Amino acid sequence: MNANHTRMLLSGNHAVSWAARLARPQVIPVYPITPQSPIMEKLGDFSAQGQISADILTPESEHSAMAAAIAASLGGARVFTATASQGLMLMHELLHYASGARAPIVMFNVNRTIGSPWAFWPDQTDSVAQRDTGWIQLYSETPQESLDTTLQAYRFAEQVSLPVMICHDAFYVSHAMEPVEVPEQALVDGYLPAYAPTHMIEPGRGESFGYVIDQKTFNQTRRELDAAMAAALPAIEAADAEWQRLTGRGYGVVERYRMDDADRVLVTMGSMAGTARVAVDELRDAGERVGLLKVRLFRPFPVAAVRAALAGVGRVVVLDRNFAAGSGGMLFQEVKSALYGLNGSAPPVHGLLAGVGGVNVTPEKICQFLAGTDGAEPANHSVWVE
Amino acid sequence: MHKIDYEDQGLFHSGHAACPGCQESLALRTILNALGDNAVAVFPPSCGAVICGPHPYSSLTIPVFQTTLESAAASASGLKRALNQRGKSDATVVCFAGDGGTYDIGFQALSSAVERNEDILYVCFDNEGYMNTGAQKSSSTPLHASTASTPAGKQSKKKNMVEILAAHGIPYVATAATGYLHDLIAKVHKAKTIQGTRFLVVLVPCLDGWGLPDDAGVAVSRLAVESGVWPLYEVEDGTRYTLNKASRERPVNDYLEAQKRYRHLDEVRADEVQASVDQQWAQLLARVAGSGAQSAA
Repeated sequence: MNANHTRMLLSGNHAVSWAARLARPQVIPVYPITPQSPIMEKLGDFSAQGQISADILTPESEHSAMAAAIAASLGGARVFTATASQGLMLMHELLHYASGARAPIVMFNVNRTIGSPWAFWPDQTDSVAQRDTGWIQLYSETPQESLDTTLQAYRFAEQVSLPVMICHDAFYVSHAMEPVEVPEQALVDGYLPAYAPTHMIEPGRGESFGYVIDQKTFNQTRRELDAAMAAALPAIEAADAEWQRLTGRGYGVVERYRMDDADRVLVTMGSMAGTARVAVDELRDAGERVGLLKVRLFRPFPVAAVRAALAGVGRVVVLDRNFAAGSGGMLFQEVKSALYGLNGSAPPVHGLLAGVGGVNVTPEKICQFLAGTDGAEPANHSVWVE
Repeated sequence: MHKIDYEDQGLFHSGHAACPGCQESLALRTILNALGDNAVAVFPPSCGAVICGPHPYSSLTIPVFQTTLESAAASASGLKRALNQRGKSDATVVCFAGDGGTYDIGFQALSSAVERNEDILYVCFDNEGYMNTGAQKSSSTPLHASTASTPAGKQSKKKNMVEILAAHGIPYVATAATGYLHDLIAKVHKAKTIQGTRFLVVLVPCLDGWGLPDDAGVAVSRLAVESGVWPLYEVEDGTRYTLNKASRERPVNDYLEAQKRYRHLDEVRADEVQASVDQQWAQLLARVAGSGAQSAA
């Protein structure tokens, strides 16, 4: 323990609750769902003990939770919510509404399979499928990163007026406990000034939101959304840099792990990055030039960082723990798209569907997956591996 | 005929997009005027949302948030909580939703808001169908009424929203009609004095959807009340019933014959509508008697 933080043993979900507590949201509309519920339960405990002043609103569905979150945000309040899986699916309509309304809501999503059939395992299809809803999206590998990213999210969400979704994997991160450095309130207060929007709904203010609009003006709103997403990238990098200055912890929009001189690079998101690190270490110990590119920011997709990291590499192997029938793994699609036009320095890219449905992927498995691409021409579609 | 006392507060403006003779714009004007300017409004898609006006214009002086069709009560809840947190707890958050956004797709969110006893005023402009999309049936459409989606007449009865909300124990729920503006104004004033969820359902005859001449809205609204089709009453805390107009003066047929949506009715089906209204009236009288509240003359 030092002056700036307290070290606690926390699950990923409780680390998120602590981040939400420290960010001082004013309204928290939230609905229970496995495996998110510990986030809201801990916030309920904080509220019952008078440790947060946020108004916790518990409606009948995630749809209403998001509807209330948007309205509360437009009403000038800082808002937090959390969900998972089916809950995120139910919110879908309102995810678009939130970004269209430019409501800087911060939401935590615990990545879980979506039905049918029913299951409760780590799988990122739920949030990846929301990639086109106009939300900033980040994927976290550890409880500490989940806490840090949630706090960073308020800073850039409010700077660019866009909602932010942070995701970590069910159980591997949400329920696994690790030592977490919880920053002091004063440090967070200095990092996150009180929310002071320039536009909001309140009596006496001549501003209304959401009216019917003509084609040209609608088009203009989407151009502005596009510009906000573009502005988000440097804002996210700056928020991370400032957090690193304050706490010593920064993550980058992507992380290049042991990539110097690497001729083969694994690319993945979320908890699988932790597993891939171990695989990379083992392969490096065996003298193989293997590295890892962890994609932390998924929207806006960090095209320049991905191109810079992968240009000239001998082989890229993308591990997707998500699946879209008809197009395969979404990270594979995004990486290929980002590398388009590199010409001579474009690496071959293999897309592997690894761990979809929560199937366990060990470091040994990752080594096997990588070896399986030796001498193989990359397919233009994702390939199932196990 | 009697003169209606009305001092316009300038909160609703001319030039909006409602049809000539629209009863909903009359109700909206009346309610906004009674509410005053320390208020913000939530509209889901509806005729009301259209009447608000296209961006960048607004027919309302107070701020408006237009939300999604099923979200009025949830959005109002979030907005109210935000204003409370920001030290503006004296502001009224009012929903203006249609019957589709209330009886049908918005009902889940409404029921939950009432269960939480959110401190909001929810006004349902009930024109008994999806009039903004071309007059399709909703669960508020009455028995045998013809709509674009029930051209031969609806086979089931109208949902009784007041009883449903009374069963939630809502602090205040009342019916109103555009033919009785004094009553509507009094109910808005009363609702303003009550904490928690308050719900007003205002019958707004739709000229186009019901098949009425442009100048017939108020008269048909009065026929609805006089025939007992649309009793004016209030329920407080889910138990105390007050009937604001205690007598029925006309057969239901007087009301039905004024509207094209009922012109396909034969005598048998007209009698079924009358029987349905009689049953509803008897149930209401029993509720009033059982609650010990007084009915007005």
